[in-house]
Amino acid sequence: MDAGSVAAAVAIGFLGGVTGGMLGVGGGILFVPALVFFLELSQVSGESTSLLAIVPVAVVGVWRQRGYGNVRLREGLTIGALSVPGVVAGTALANALSDRALALSFAALQIVLAIGLARRALRGAGGSAAS
Amino acid sequence: MSSRLLRLGIIGSLAGAFSGLFGVGGGTVIVPFLILWFGFEEREATGTSLAAIILIATLAAGIQGLHGHVHVVKGLVVGVPAIAGVVAGAALQQRVPQRAVSGAFAALLIVSAAVLIF
Repeated sequence: MDAGSVAAAVAIGFLGGVTGGMLGVGGGILFVPALVFFLELSQVSGESTSLLAIVPVAVVGVWRQRGYGNVRLREGLTIGALSVPGVVAGTALANALSDRALALSFAALQIVLAIGLARRALRGAGGSAAS
Repeated sequence: MSSRLLRLGIIGSLAGAFSGLFGVGGGTVIVPFLILWFGFEEREATGTSLAAIILIATLAAGIQGLHGHVHVVKGLVVGVPAIAGVVAGAALQQRVPQRAVSGAFAALLIVSAAVLIF
């Protein structure tokens, strides 16, 4: 792990944060590869460490987005609280199904959601910038 | 249980499972469902998603930390610049049309699906 690798991880970390602010995700999709490829963590350590890096991104992101009037805290915290059984169920599911089947199931879900959002973006109604 | 609470629970469960399995926050599931299923506008969906992610990622990181999988210093190497990034990204988001956020999100989902498949 040299200085160049660390610099690359810092840059990807920044981009992950930008993605978080723009799109409301934690940035893990960029953190995991940065941690695995540039900071030489195993896949499982990379995924776990990514979760830690996501926490401050989400906290600061909520603070900023609240300032812009974009956070419905009650719904957000309800989803977060109700994720606990999901984590447990997901773990059980992971033992019942193969990793490959899970990955393909989530990929299929994401493709369906992508089609829905793309159609909405192409319709374009109501898409004015904030004043 | 009201149907709204049930629907929020379904989103939370999917996001939690996705987060625990793949080391992400679950936002790629939460944001599209809030837009397409609850009728949230894009900016509201993304801000609300981050609130859910605080709880999901804290829980999941805590569990993984107990197993000794979390490397704090390396987490800070990507996490600290990401704090500056999220401030910039949120500011930028206020300047683009809401539907453009949906378009960009669709692209993110395709990339994420491709990562899962390949």
